[in-house]
Amino acid sequence: MAAVTTGSGAGSGAAGSPEATGGSTGGGGWRRPHGPLQRYYGPSTAEAAEAPPDPTDINGPHFDPEVFMNKVRSECPLGQLLAREAALGREIRALDSDMQTLLYENYNKFISATDTIRKMKVDFRHMEAEMDDLAANMAAISASSARVSAALQDRHRRGAQLAGVQALLRKLQALVEVPGRLRRWAGTEPARALRCHARARAVLRHYRHLPSFRAIEDESHAIMADLAQRLRTRLREETLDPKELIECVEMLLQLEEPAEELSEEFLSQAGARLEAELAALEAELPAADPSGTATTPPPPASDILDFVDRGSSAFVGTLCQLAGSYRALFGGDTGRLEPFAAALATRYFALLERRLALERGLGDTSLLVRALDRFHRRLRALLELLPAGADAAAALVARAARERVDRYLRALQTFFLGCLGDVRQALAAPRPPGKEGPGLPELLAQLAASVLGQLKAVLAYVQLFTARDIAFASLPYFKGEFCVTAVREGLVVAFVRWLCRTARGFVDGPAERGAPAAPPALLLLLARLCLDYENSTISYILTLTDEQFPPQDSGPAVTPGPALCAEARAAAQRLLDHYVQVQGAAVAQMLRKSVETRDWLGTVEPRNVRAVMKRVVEDITAIDVQVGQLFEEGVRRAQSSDSSRRAFSVYSSSRAPGRYAPSYTPSAPMDTHLLSNIQKLFSERIDIFSPVEFNKVSVLTGIIKISLKTLLECVRLRTLGRFGLQQVQVDGHYLQLYLWRFASDERVVQGLLDEVAASAAHRCLDPVPMEHSVVELICERG
Amino acid sequence: MEDDAPVIYGLEFQARALTPQTAETDAIRFLVGTQSLRYDNQIHIIDFDDENNIINKNVLLHQVGEIWHISTSPADKGILATCYNKTSDTKVMTCAAVWRMPKELESGSHESPDDSSSNTQTLELLCHLDNTAHGNMACVMWEPMGDGKKIISLADNNILLWDLQESSTKAVLDPREAKKMHKVWIESAEEMTVNISVYRFEVTCQQIARTLPQLSSSTALEGKGQLKFTSGRWSPHHNCTQIATANDTTVRGWDTRSMRQIYCIENAHGQLVRDLDFNPNKQYYLASCGDDCKVKFWDTRNVTEPVKTLEEHSHWVWNVRYNHSHDQLILTGSSDSRVILSNMVSISSEPFGHMVDDDELSDQEDQHQEDKIKEPLQDSVIATYEEHEDSVYAVEWSSADPWLFASLSYDGRLVINRVPRALKYHILL
Repeated sequence: MAAVTTGSGAGSGAAGSPEATGGSTGGGGWRRPHGPLQRYYGPSTAEAAEAPPDPTDINGPHFDPEVFMNKVRSECPLGQLLAREAALGREIRALDSDMQTLLYENYNKFISATDTIRKMKVDFRHMEAEMDDLAANMAAISASSARVSAALQDRHRRGAQLAGVQALLRKLQALVEVPGRLRRWAGTEPARALRCHARARAVLRHYRHLPSFRAIEDESHAIMADLAQRLRTRLREETLDPKELIECVEMLLQLEEPAEELSEEFLSQAGARLEAELAALEAELPAADPSGTATTPPPPASDILDFVDRGSSAFVGTLCQLAGSYRALFGGDTGRLEPFAAALATRYFALLERRLALERGLGDTSLLVRALDRFHRRLRALLELLPAGADAAAALVARAARERVDRYLRALQTFFLGCLGDVRQALAAPRPPGKEGPGLPELLAQLAASVLGQLKAVLAYVQLFTARDIAFASLPYFKGEFCVTAVREGLVVAFVRWLCRTARGFVDGPAERGAPAAPPALLLLLARLCLDYENSTISYILTLTDEQFPPQDSGPAVTPGPALCAEARAAAQRLLDHYVQVQGAAVAQMLRKSVETRDWLGTVEPRNVRAVMKRVVEDITAIDVQVGQLFEEGVRRAQSSDSSRRAFSVYSSSRAPGRYAPSYTPSAPMDTHLLSNIQKLFSERIDIFSPVEFNKVSVLTGIIKISLKTLLECVRLRTLGRFGLQQVQVDGHYLQLYLWRFASDERVVQGLLDEVAASAAHRCLDPVPMEHSVVELICERG
Repeated sequence: MEDDAPVIYGLEFQARALTPQTAETDAIRFLVGTQSLRYDNQIHIIDFDDENNIINKNVLLHQVGEIWHISTSPADKGILATCYNKTSDTKVMTCAAVWRMPKELESGSHESPDDSSSNTQTLELLCHLDNTAHGNMACVMWEPMGDGKKIISLADNNILLWDLQESSTKAVLDPREAKKMHKVWIESAEEMTVNISVYRFEVTCQQIARTLPQLSSSTALEGKGQLKFTSGRWSPHHNCTQIATANDTTVRGWDTRSMRQIYCIENAHGQLVRDLDFNPNKQYYLASCGDDCKVKFWDTRNVTEPVKTLEEHSHWVWNVRYNHSHDQLILTGSSDSRVILSNMVSISSEPFGHMVDDDELSDQEDQHQEDKIKEPLQDSVIATYEEHEDSVYAVEWSSADPWLFASLSYDGRLVINRVPRALKYHILL
């Protein structure tokens, strides 16, 4: 308090002091309350560092009166000095009075404290005397209490003895009453009789040398033997339910009947009971057909979940109960129980297996999974007794799951074939004029989407088998092998492989011999589908599968994605090649027939492009459109912008003496071959039926190559007149005009057409080519 | 390996027709017929000297027209048959004739090549096979094991069986006698007695013509024109009583005694069937090739499926030939300008793997045996020959050397090649 007062006094002094001019008032106001406290606790280093010691600060620790005086004296005018002196004087006086007040207060407190201490001393002395009194009284009380208890001890002992005699007498009476009670209860409440007998037995046996006790014992023995006899008869009754059976056996055991015999009896009874339950289950199944005739059994009355439910609650429940009590009754000796339970469990499994075999359709997988789950859960209790059954049960569940997966694979296949059938139908359906049917891309997208959707749905169904809340999903089989072998390999990979095989089947299969060949558009569609599979779908499906069914590290080897992709690609390649061959063959056939059936010697001067050539161009354009719907454009070799100029150059060169002249200049027959051979040396060999790339240009080039090569070979088989040659020339030019833009390299088209022209010239009796301008005119008109 | 290099011979004209000289078993000799519309056509007799790797040629003029098919008599080295085009202004007719070459060329005269071009000799016509009533001749086949008296020709949709009454050997002795043959032609079984007539060449031939029973229906299906036989082969088995023909995509077998069809392979190829050949050692085996780039092998007892299919060529296959002695060797020529030699062990008459008894083997043979077990020959392409620049329309094995064959491309290039030596030893040892 003193410090605060001093602080505030110093602060007010500082505020009025001239040194306050150095700092802002705001800064001073902030410092005022803290300054003195800080000084009290010693200046912080930070503070010291930040503010250099100011000897003129009258409140500061470094205050130097000399410096201050000098400063004030030198800086302030006289009036201010006077005012300052007065202020300082006031301050000093105030401080003095404060100090005095404090001194008084403290002195008063000290006085009152001294008074209090003195008073306490007096009180304590008085209390000590009273305590001594109390101790003396207590000693007197304890002495008299000891006297009283010594006086009562004898009487107490006698009382206790009397109570003991009375209890003994009550026991004796109970013993005497035992036979009567036993007799009373043996009929109605054998368990109570047994309890009673058990209690009495030890005593009776102990005192059997006394005749009266012996009589009691004999009598109760007789009663118990009678009871045992009755129980045994009861044991053999058919209608005994398991609980009663257990009770019965338990009681017999207590009657010290031979355990061996009893256990046998027990098992045969239990066996009969369980047999009855199995029979009830079996009654639900259609009779097994020994001849194996193909009559389909009627659908089972109840669904599989129901069946398993009943089976597990009735049969497995009873079996568990019986087995458990057997253990409890006959101790750990399970030598007899195990084969018994194993035989029954095997029969039960067989029954369940038969029931599962009835689940032919694709029904509700979740139902099946739940049924299997329940079966597995219920069985767990049993399996503790019967470790051998675990494998059998797991195998059963695994088999059922595997079976289901296989069925899904077949369903997927059927579904895909169905989709393909739809596509075929859509392709074959007659289009009403003006109304376009669904385009190839739509059909493809539809096909791919529905197949993928179906596959996903199937995966989702199959995933039920590995769901976390399903008990058997934690079996090692379902964690590892099921995911890999059954689902990934057996379902997904098998399906993709099958799809590729099926697609290839359209190429290798019936196309040639009898059966209707697949329409070319379908080949194209399938090629694209396979290619899509290779590009993305397979990796997507595999990733999806691996996510949903994570493979174990140590699991069996899996088919790697790239291998599948390669298969899909091979299938796509085969399909596309076949497409090219089929379409090429169609065009080629047209050209071949047109060349073979025409009379090339007697033909008239060409006026028109032959209709078949227009048809060829139309067909190829249609193919171009068809392929363009599904495949990318592809790269084309750079070509000159002015195609007409090129075309002209081809024909002008073919009219040049170097090309045609030798064939009708008798002087140099060798030149033809020399020239054409030299030319061939420099041109690449063209493979006609060669694999194509996955783009439109490559496909079209393939088809054009096949068509033109056919034209070449057919022309070589004919003999032409002058006008025949000219017709070929016109046709060739027309083809050149319209086909170059489809091919990847127009030089291929040109080269082949050149060869056609050269061959036609060779096969001509009177090789006089038509004027090029006329050819052009005819082609433009056509 | 030096002598494995191919030998190439160039003709001045384009050519399609090639045949070995069938009756010649010592010298390697091939006959090539040219195709030229504007010059006299020629038959080049090409002698190959195996030891020196030299080709000798003799040229015979064949002035009647361009040659589409040529075949030689199996009995007489000097006799050959050609199918040729006779061209008038408005019509082309393919005819066939039997010729005799000059005596001195029969067994190959060894003139120097430069002389031969100066003194070209002409063929002597033995007889025309008159086809005016039957259409264009596609090919002429000689009875394979016969005495050179029987030939069959295919003319449009007719199979014509000719009997050269006078044996060709006699014709050599007295050329004028050969012309005194008579010709009998029987349209069909019913008309056999009706249509016997004598023709002006005074050649006696027995000719049985028969219209294909399927023709009417096929025609209806095709919607246009008549069916034509494209090629045929005479089977060397069953006493030479069977021939096989190809028309469009179908292969048919015929019995020459009854002239009935005995089997029919519908749609043998996806497109036109170009050629056939019989396995010389297995009587029911037949090879065919066609425009679908495939070579197929058939068992004629079960024609629903081919036994094997080869798909090595990248364009039409024009020719397929079994090696005469080792029927696993198959030669094919194609318009992709390639000749392919394949080894079809699995369907050949050669036992698959050796069946020599173990005790008969000496140690050395044992060694060989092991080698063979180590690498049994698989069906495979042995070699692809790419010496041709133009379509190959004919390939033929030599009749004298089973390890040698010739191929002919349209630009007139004849290439003579050998079976690779390693394979030859593999087969022989």
